[in-house]
Amino acid sequence: MARLLKFNIFRYNPQNPESVPHMDEFVLEETDSMTLFIALNRIREEKDSSLQFDFCCRAGICGSCGMVINGRPGLACHTKTKDLPSEITLLPLPVFQLVGDLSVDTGSWFREMYNKVESWIHTNKEFDPAAEEERMENEVAEAIYELDRCVECGCCVSACGTARLRDDFLGAVSLNRVARFVIDPRDERTDKEYYEIIGNDEGIFGCMGLLACEDVCPKHLPLQEQLAFLRRKMGITAIKNLFSRKSCK
Amino acid sequence: MQTFYTDVLVIGAGLAGERAAIEAGQAGFSTICLSLVPARRSHSSAAQGGMQAALGNSAMGEGDCPDVHFEDTVKGSDWGCDQEVARLFADAAPIEMRRLAHWGVPWNRVVPGRSKYFKGGKEFEKVEKDENRGLITARAFGGTAKWRTCYVSDGTGHSVLFTVDNRCAQLGVEVHDKTEAIALIHDGDTCYGAVVRCLKTGELRVYLAKATMIATGGFGRIYPNTTNAVVCDGGGHVAALNTGVVPMGNMEAVQFHPTGIVPTDILVTEGCRGDGGTLLDVNEERFMHIYEPEKAELASRDVVSRWMTHHIREGKGVKSPYGDHLWLDIRHLGEKHITGKLREVYEICTGFLGINPIYQLIPVRPTQHYSMGGVRTNKDGAAYGLKGLFSAGEAACWDMHGFNRLGGNSLAETVVAGGIVGRKIVEYVRGAEVSFNSVVIDDAVARERSRINGLISGTHGRENVYKVRAAMQDSLNRGANIFRNDADLTACVQELQEVLHRARRVGLASDGLGANPELSAALKIEGQVKMALMVAYGALQRTESRGSHNREDYTARNDRDWLKRTLAYWRSEGDELPTLEYEPATTVFEIPPGYRGYGKMDIIPMDGQEAGAADQSGAKTGQADQDDTDPAEAKGDE
Repeated sequence: MARLLKFNIFRYNPQNPESVPHMDEFVLEETDSMTLFIALNRIREEKDSSLQFDFCCRAGICGSCGMVINGRPGLACHTKTKDLPSEITLLPLPVFQLVGDLSVDTGSWFREMYNKVESWIHTNKEFDPAAEEERMENEVAEAIYELDRCVECGCCVSACGTARLRDDFLGAVSLNRVARFVIDPRDERTDKEYYEIIGNDEGIFGCMGLLACEDVCPKHLPLQEQLAFLRRKMGITAIKNLFSRKSCK
Repeated sequence: MQTFYTDVLVIGAGLAGERAAIEAGQAGFSTICLSLVPARRSHSSAAQGGMQAALGNSAMGEGDCPDVHFEDTVKGSDWGCDQEVARLFADAAPIEMRRLAHWGVPWNRVVPGRSKYFKGGKEFEKVEKDENRGLITARAFGGTAKWRTCYVSDGTGHSVLFTVDNRCAQLGVEVHDKTEAIALIHDGDTCYGAVVRCLKTGELRVYLAKATMIATGGFGRIYPNTTNAVVCDGGGHVAALNTGVVPMGNMEAVQFHPTGIVPTDILVTEGCRGDGGTLLDVNEERFMHIYEPEKAELASRDVVSRWMTHHIREGKGVKSPYGDHLWLDIRHLGEKHITGKLREVYEICTGFLGINPIYQLIPVRPTQHYSMGGVRTNKDGAAYGLKGLFSAGEAACWDMHGFNRLGGNSLAETVVAGGIVGRKIVEYVRGAEVSFNSVVIDDAVARERSRINGLISGTHGRENVYKVRAAMQDSLNRGANIFRNDADLTACVQELQEVLHRARRVGLASDGLGANPELSAALKIEGQVKMALMVAYGALQRTESRGSHNREDYTARNDRDWLKRTLAYWRSEGDELPTLEYEPATTVFEIPPGYRGYGKMDIIPMDGQEAGAADQSGAKTGQADQDDTDPAEAKGDE
């Protein structure tokens, strides 16, 4: 006999003046290979067609379906119900603005982040369509990709102590993004320029080192290593800045 | 109501849409992309395998050039493509890969020296040249003469999309995510933008633009089993076909990918077979080499999918509660390769199946994967029927894929076509001044408001949208799948017509307030059923077998009568069937129709072509032409 799963789901529709935040309970019979993707769609199609949640690729690739699953941020699509107890509590990710129920607005947060950290290659070179590509060691390409694997699901930000305390903290996702450009030889920014972006409490020096970011990252990115790498690099840059300022006088 | 004005409006912020938006942004035009999801979550991100471009840097790609790529593409399309377009694509692809490298894509690079590779389960050795060290390398994919698929591990689409979206952010291209275009604003002659529903608040907005582009990807979600993301539901196509004047091209050309996992239909990349993985049956024995001695597992996707289905029909499938399937075996590639170059595959298997592919077999079956058909455009990406409307990528029928696309060609198409069409949009916008007629705009908005109110208040009925959708998917799955015939397609068309009537009576069970998901589904269901009818009716009328369109009752590829493209219109809203017209598949022939080199096929030659010219030796199976020997065209994985 299959388990009966009890889902406690956060409900609130800000567009409905009569709606107040509350929890709704739904019961489903568990099926083979059931994931939260399958379960939530069944609840919407069979029990409450107004239930809001976000899925896209449903294959753990796109990062749409971050939510708080029994107290822990994670991707719903690759969460198998057989790995959970029979009572499952689902909440929207904190930090991001709520759209409704389990759906949050990650898009606006991330687009603002791209502009803050200038999430693009800074180069003065012009592209020459007739020229051979610039060479790169395969190992370098693989190291960049390792950090480029981030899916921007927002789990690390939702699990971050500092981000919960201050709205302007960049969070591990943004710092990892900066690290990705730091190791990319095509980006001509100097340490000093990176310091301007992240050499402060909104950036690398705001991190309290709790490292829940790495614990919850569904892509298992080496966030701890990146935070340490940037902290060291920015620390050294700060000292150099200090001396260069003195020598200017 | 909020009204936005922009020079260029791009519906869809995946690779094709954003690549075109970059051209417009670079030229100084204001550009807004609309997207159901944040841009980087677009389905382009799920493409694992790579992009085909004839750079010829790798040892196994030596001697490659756009001519060879062009030839592979035309053969892959089973001569259904527009050869002028395939040529434009093949020539531009290498430059585009280099441009992406300039913008920041971390392409895998040539590592000089000896290395092992697998083909058909056997190990071989290759030697990469020292002088090519650090250039963009390539891997094997199906249906190609050379190793030509540029890749970033197995996250090519993801990495390229992040790079392209970074470039958009740099240029100030706006992305309005969580928005859905539900209708185009047009006067039957020119497109002026779109009526858009905000998926954060449910409010309607108007976007007015000099040029509008549809880049919403495929429509796999009209099938029940698809590798496509939830957002690939044909919403952009629905907006286009509802104009009555914009035709869909070759909707019957639907690709099934050989390796969707069972039961969730998530794709595992063709790169698995390209890198030497094999397909096994219930006896854990290889079988593809029996049907396709030369290319075996790496024949084109249509061919491999058909042989798999054939083999299952012969009783060689593995029984499971979710139906019969076959096995994909990558164990011999080893842990380092599987957790490195095939990491996404490893994560999908362990995460969704609880299977470790280093030691265990992966259950797979052919699954709907790619829509070769879509909004018909000319070679500039301009849609037929409306001025100021463009389309590119999987949403479009541009048409470089004909009746089957090669693996690695679609992801490459997104950026190559996005670039080409983006430049054409810039030319168009430079020359265009547009007068917006407020009556046309107000009418369009009023129509959508009335549709929404009707659905909420149940004016036409209370049919459940999810049940109607399931009925459509089920019908299409039975009638318009890998093998097709007159009886099944006729029944499918009749069923879908009944489903259409039900779709017209849909009403909401919930209140429809805010970003209500049921309302989103209900707004497009009628259009989706119309698309399903275009697929099924187009397939019924096409009495031949070509590429992925495989008729059991018309097994020959008929170049005499069917070397042409279907154009499906939904002329009047209340019609019961699409109106079909036809045009020549291509007006330029660099390569006359012939044998693909794989897939056993019977060919009825074009008038004036010698009967023997297109003949292929080798046994005809009478039903499945499959001797595609090319290494599998891996397409979908990207």
